[in-house]
Amino acid sequence: MINIPVEHYLIVGAALFCIGLAIAITKQHLIGILLGIELMLNAVNINLIAFSRHDPEKIGGQLFALFVIVVAAAEVTVALAIILRVYGHFRTVDPDKVNELKK
Amino acid sequence: MEIAAFYGFSGLAIISALFILFSRNLIYAAFALFVTFLGVAALYVLAGADFLAVTQIMVYVGGILVLLIFGIMLTQKTDREAVSSTPNQVIVFVKRQFWGFLVGAGLFVFLSYIIATANFRMTGATNMSRSTLKTIGVELMTSHLLPFEIAAILLLMALVGAAYLALNRNPASHD
Repeated sequence: MINIPVEHYLIVGAALFCIGLAIAITKQHLIGILLGIELMLNAVNINLIAFSRHDPEKIGGQLFALFVIVVAAAEVTVALAIILRVYGHFRTVDPDKVNELKK
Repeated sequence: MEIAAFYGFSGLAIISALFILFSRNLIYAAFALFVTFLGVAALYVLAGADFLAVTQIMVYVGGILVLLIFGIMLTQKTDREAVSSTPNQVIVFVKRQFWGFLVGAGLFVFLSYIIATANFRMTGATNMSRSTLKTIGVELMTSHLLPFEIAAILLLMALVGAAYLALNRNPASHD
């Protein structure tokens, strides 16, 4: 089996993380920000799994990635519920226009 | 063969991620995220994590992405003037392009510098010929039992909290 060096996985993970960060900064839509956050979580999982290749007996990295997936699923459900509440109250999903606490 | 597959799928993931970054239409961005998740799942397979790849496809593509597309459609203003012959578009405006580019590119250069100078010295054989399914099952039920149970409680709390938050408590306030 040909070995791809671990640095290449790390570079791909770093690129996806930075693209996700740029998405989360630039999008003017709450769900667009959520897309960027999901991409960042996935990029972190690539790093964990790349290092887990060198630990085939107790694959700690893969187990950690599994828990990251669980937390991401929980996070996206709660975030979408909050976004729906914000949209019902303010009638907008632009995070810059949601600038007051109570009407 | 494997090397070509690795670089092909990493290129696919990165290009579709860049498409999310530059796309104005949020629906297209969500579908590009689908392609990115599939590319990342292929990278998991190439790294020997078969169970994680299947979990990634089932949880992200089957669950999270469908939820996000539902969210996009539920938070859209209906445009009365729009004719039904035009394609559906959810236009999202971008702001702070300068800071986004600066932070993203700066962090990428920083991380690349760290990775290039880290000089990882790996020990242990990379034996990826057998399935990781048995190992994951045994580890989850023995040494990782407490995080496993905490994850179960967390999912239950997220379910209850999301149902409570999304509940329409006062329908009369919605003009």
